[in-house]
Amino acid sequence: MGFLWTIVALVVALGLTWRFLGSYMEAVFDGRVRYLAWLEQPFYRLLGTGPDNEQSWRRYAGSAVVFSGAFLAFGYLLLRIQGHLPLNPQHLGAVPPALSFNTITSFVTNTNWQNYGGETTMSYFSQIGVLTVQQFVSAAVGIAVAIALVRGFSRRSSPTIGNFWVDMTRCLLYVLLPIAFLAGVVLVSQGAVQTLAGPARIHDPLNHVTQTIPRGPVGFMGAIMQLGTNGGGAFNADLAHPLENPTGLTNFLYIWLTLSIPVSLTYTFGKMVHSVRQGAALLTAMALIFGIWVGFTSYAEHQPNPAVAAAGVVHQPGGNMEGKEVRFGDTSSALFNVSMTQTSDGAVDSATDSYNPMGVFGTLTGMMLGEVTPGGVGSGLYTILIDAVIAVFIGGLMIGRTPEYLGKKIQAREVKLAGIGLLVMPITVLVLTAIAVSVHAGRVGPLNHGPHGFTEILYAMTSQGNNNGSAMAGLNGNTAFYNVVGAIDMLLGRFGVLIPAVALGGSLASKNVVPASLGTFRTDNAMFIGLVVGVIVVVGGLTFFPAVALGPIVEQLSHGRFF
Amino acid sequence: MIAHLRRSVVSILVFTAVFGFLYALAGTGVAQLLFRHQADGSLTSYGSTLIGQNWAGTPCPGHPLGSCVFHGRPDDTGPYAADLKARVAGGDNPLVANGVPGESGATDLGPRSKVLLEDTRALVAYWHRMGVHPTPDLVTTSGSGLDPDISVQDALVQVPMVSRATGIAPSRLRALVARERQGAELGFLGSPYIDVLRLNEALARLVAASGR
Repeated sequence: MGFLWTIVALVVALGLTWRFLGSYMEAVFDGRVRYLAWLEQPFYRLLGTGPDNEQSWRRYAGSAVVFSGAFLAFGYLLLRIQGHLPLNPQHLGAVPPALSFNTITSFVTNTNWQNYGGETTMSYFSQIGVLTVQQFVSAAVGIAVAIALVRGFSRRSSPTIGNFWVDMTRCLLYVLLPIAFLAGVVLVSQGAVQTLAGPARIHDPLNHVTQTIPRGPVGFMGAIMQLGTNGGGAFNADLAHPLENPTGLTNFLYIWLTLSIPVSLTYTFGKMVHSVRQGAALLTAMALIFGIWVGFTSYAEHQPNPAVAAAGVVHQPGGNMEGKEVRFGDTSSALFNVSMTQTSDGAVDSATDSYNPMGVFGTLTGMMLGEVTPGGVGSGLYTILIDAVIAVFIGGLMIGRTPEYLGKKIQAREVKLAGIGLLVMPITVLVLTAIAVSVHAGRVGPLNHGPHGFTEILYAMTSQGNNNGSAMAGLNGNTAFYNVVGAIDMLLGRFGVLIPAVALGGSLASKNVVPASLGTFRTDNAMFIGLVVGVIVVVGGLTFFPAVALGPIVEQLSHGRFF
Repeated sequence: MIAHLRRSVVSILVFTAVFGFLYALAGTGVAQLLFRHQADGSLTSYGSTLIGQNWAGTPCPGHPLGSCVFHGRPDDTGPYAADLKARVAGGDNPLVANGVPGESGATDLGPRSKVLLEDTRALVAYWHRMGVHPTPDLVTTSGSGLDPDISVQDALVQVPMVSRATGIAPSRLRALVARERQGAELGFLGSPYIDVLRLNEALARLVAASGR
C-alpha cells in the first residue's frame, strides 16, 4: 500500500512541477525572468557577449565543446594537485592520472560514473571545487543545448539559435541554484551531513567499538547532483549511504529532484512551440515507458533472492533485500533505481549488482532506450526530439509525403543528423563492450562469474555511453583499461549526440514554417505517441537484444544454477 | 575559437567560485545554523544514529552464546563469513563492509553467485548457533554496508536470544521493540524501521533499571 501512495505522490508532485517549473523555464530562457539581472549583466560584459549576440549553430556547438574541453583540463589539473590544496582534513594525496581523467570526464559529461571511492579519494576541495561545480555546469550545458534545439522548431528562417553563454548562465542562476539550495536545506534537516570538519571518531561504551563517521559537504552536493541528473559524488555507496540519504522522505525527494527538470522541459518545449499539447504528447510517451519499467522492475525485486533462498531462508516477504537498505525496502529501491537509469542520473540507493536478473534487465534496458523517458536534464529532451524526428520520418514514408514536424519540413539533412544522433550511442556501447570482453584487461574486471559477470561489463559500457553513471559496482573499474575506455565511451556518448542535436536545431531554424493542411501528419495525438514509443523501443530493443540475451536473460533462465 | 577559449576561462573561474565554493560554503553555513545536529552527522555519545555499528562482537559476561544487545544487519555486525581476498563483505570493522577500509559499499554479489550462497549459509548457521531463526534482512547485507536499521520482525526474532542473556522477560522486550518502531516517513515513504543503536540504548536502560 505504501508503494502505491508513493507512486501517487510522485505523479501529483511531478504534475505540478511540470506545469509550473515548465512555464518558469520558458520565461527564463526567453529572458523574461530578470530578478538577478544585476548579476547577469556584469558577467556578460566580462565575457564580451550577451543576449543580443545570437550565435549560429556552429558557434553555439563550438562554445559548448570548447567550454567543456577547457573545464575538463582545469578539473584534471585540480585533481592531480589535490594533495597541495586546502580543505583536505584527511590529507589525501593526488588522484592518479587515469582515474583523474576518467573522473573529470565523467563529471563534465554529466555522467558521474564513479571509479573512485568518494570518502577515501576525494578531498573536500575536490568535492566542492571540481565535482559540485560540474554537477551544476554539465547540467546547464545539457539544458542549454535542448533549448537551442527547440528554438530550431520555434523560429522561422533564422540563421541563429540563441547564445550558449547566456542560456547556460540563466539556467544556472534562475533554475539550478535556487532549487538546489532549498533542497539542500531540506536534505540536511533530515540528516544529510554538511560540514567541513573531518571524519568524527566516537567510542561507543555499549559495544566497545570506535566508530569513524565520514563527513563532508554532502547534503548540498546531493541536492544539485540529483537536480542536475548527475548522480555521483560524495560516498562510494552513493545514495545508499545513510549520511547522504537518511530517510524515506529524502529518498523520495531525490527521485523528485531527478525527474523534475527532464519532465518539466517537455512543458517548456510545448510553450516554446506554442502548443502545450505537443509537449504533453512527448511526456505521455515518456510516462508510458517509465510506468511499465517501474512496474516490472519493482515486481522483480519483490521476488526472493535465489541465493538467499537456497541458503535456507526461503520465505522472503520483503523481496530481495541483498544490497538494499531497510529504511527504503524493495519496491521503493526499485522505483529509485528505475528513475535514475531512465534519466541520465545513475545514482543508486541499493546495489544494482545484487538485483534479481529481471531487476537488472529493467535498469539496464532503461539506459539502452537512450535515456529519453524522461532522460537527463536537457539531454532527455534533445534525444527524444531526435527520436520524434525519426518517428515522423517513418510516418512520412508510410503515407508517401515529405514529413513535417511542427511545421518544419524534415528532409535528408535532418534525417541524417537524427540518424547520427540515434546511432552513435548503440555503436559506441556495443563496440566497446566487444573490445572489453575480448581482451584480458577487460575480462578480469567483473567480480561475479557466469552471465552476471558479462552483464557487469555490458552495464558499465551502457551506463557510460549514455552518460548515466549507474554501476553494477562489482566491476573493478579503477584500472587503466576501464578508466580510459570508459572516458572515451562517455565523451562519444555526450558529444556524439549533443553536436548533431545542435546542428539539427540550426538546420531547422533556417527553414520557414509550412502551414498545416488536412494532409499534415499530426504530432499531438495517440498515433504519434505510439510511433515515438515504437521508435524508442524498436531502436533500443533490436540493437541491444542479443547482448541483453547473453546477460540478464540467460541468468534469469539458469534456474537452480550458481556461478 | 580564441573568443570561445577566453570566455571559457573566465566562466570556469567565476563558476568554480560561485557554484562550487560559494554554494557549498553558504550551504554549510545555513546547515550549521539551522540543523547543527544533523549537519554534523547525527552524533550521540554512543555514535551516529545513522551509521550501523558492530554489535556481534559485544561481550556478554557468562553468556557466550547469548547476546546482551540486538544485532543489526550483517554488514555492520560483520558477516561473520568475511573473506577479504575474494572481496567479499565483512570484517568486524563497520567501515570495511566492501573490503576497503573506510569505504562504504555493498557486497555486489549477484543473486546467482556461489560466494553469496556460501556466505548466506554461514550467516544462517551463525544465527542458528545463537538460537535465532533469521529473517532475510539478518542474512543479507545492505547497499551502503552501514545500514543502521532493522525491521520489526528482525528485532522480534532476536527477542529469545536477548532474553536468555539479559534475563528480561520476552514480553517486556517485545514491548520495547514496539516502542522503538519508527513508521515510514509521512506514513508511506519508504519502510518502517528500528534504529539499532536507539534500540540498544533503550535496552541498556532497561537492563540497568532491572538491576542486573
